[in-house]
Amino acid sequence: METIPEKPFGQEPMSTDPRHFRAYRMKRRWQETHDTFTIELAAMDGSEPVNFAPGQFNMLYVFGQGEVPISISGDPRQPSALTHTVRAVGSATKSLRRLKAGEGLGVRGPYGSPWPLEGARGNDVVVVAGGIGLAPLRPALYELLHRRADYGQIVLLYGTRSPTDILYRKELARWRARFDLETLITVDRATDGWHGHVGVVSTLISKASFTPANTTALICGPEIMIRFTALALEKRGVTPENIYVSLERNMKCAVGFCGHCQFGPLFVCRDGPVFSYPRVKGLLAVREV
Amino acid sequence: MENLERILAEHPFLAGMEPSHLEILVGCASNVRFEIGQLIFRQGEDADVCYLLRRGRVSVEVFSPNRGPVVIQTVGEGDVLGWSWLTPPYYWHFDARALDPTLAIALDGKCLRRKCDEDHGLGYVLLKRVATIIEQRLQATRLQLLDVYGNHS
Repeated sequence: METIPEKPFGQEPMSTDPRHFRAYRMKRRWQETHDTFTIELAAMDGSEPVNFAPGQFNMLYVFGQGEVPISISGDPRQPSALTHTVRAVGSATKSLRRLKAGEGLGVRGPYGSPWPLEGARGNDVVVVAGGIGLAPLRPALYELLHRRADYGQIVLLYGTRSPTDILYRKELARWRARFDLETLITVDRATDGWHGHVGVVSTLISKASFTPANTTALICGPEIMIRFTALALEKRGVTPENIYVSLERNMKCAVGFCGHCQFGPLFVCRDGPVFSYPRVKGLLAVREV
Repeated sequence: MENLERILAEHPFLAGMEPSHLEILVGCASNVRFEIGQLIFRQGEDADVCYLLRRGRVSVEVFSPNRGPVVIQTVGEGDVLGWSWLTPPYYWHFDARALDPTLAIALDGKCLRRKCDEDHGLGYVLLKRVATIIEQRLQATRLQLLDVYGNHS
């Protein structure tokens, strides 16, 4: 009987089946806020990095614990540093937080539709992020800034719960110092020492400098925030067709087989997560899809 | 006076208002300036001014004995600060403090009420605009109360 030689973990030949994971190891992890952390991963077999587009996500598998869809939050021009920002709220994400440098995990992806940065060329771009919704938008901001001359005004409006929940503090400080990027940050609840805006993120829309008729808007955050932000953008004059939203649903297979993330006629994993607003506007208003 | 009328006409709160109404409002208006940290009004004091902010930011605060001033909202350029001048008992319900050097048009509340009583057309137009601001603030406050970034969302 022929014996199949065992290969150490991470040395298996790469599968082309999108449902198969590849072996990665944790390079490093750092805390962003009390419940949110960022991880940097490297392929165990040292293979070429997998390119991704801003807005796409990976399925991260903590062995024996479970798999979870997480947006890629790093720079698309540096895919070797595969970066994800994770909020520890469930068992899989809490297990991710416990992984130590060098430990292994499985990665499938990248999956999903990207932010329409090509189509936005020549336009002003308004990026509206709520809470951890900044993570899937960060690759888009990197790319917009890499190709800064291709766009008009670029505005980042970021809202979060409180000052201690603000992600990517150093990066935001750098962005705020740029003259070619307008960055406005607001918190729902101020704490001592906070001198910035207080109020929901949609209230920043009237304060930002952009030409509504010539604007592409990218929104990511809790669904309620998305709804009110899209309404506020429409009210300011942004064409609904130029508004894009990233939705989150219970994604399991990530390739449109299982139906867990079905949203009316759409599968969020396969058709999204980035959708043009008119495509989902009606569905967002439905109580139970 | 002509200059003040132009400034009033350019403020988003009064954009598109009839010139005849603007002319009446100019009689109640004056330019004001606040330095960083300056208290603009304080809870419990007479609310006899409506501020149309032209530049800078203002925090709307409530004082807590344990925590000191707690900021519940910030308003800025193009916003309206204060509507307690409109309804009895005409007292401020919150504190307001300048976070930046702030420029505003101060509309005298007593003057506004008198003009609105004399000219119900003006009163209706003004009330519709104030109602819009109140509706926007109420919606924003409801969203804040929802705590959309909490674990449950």
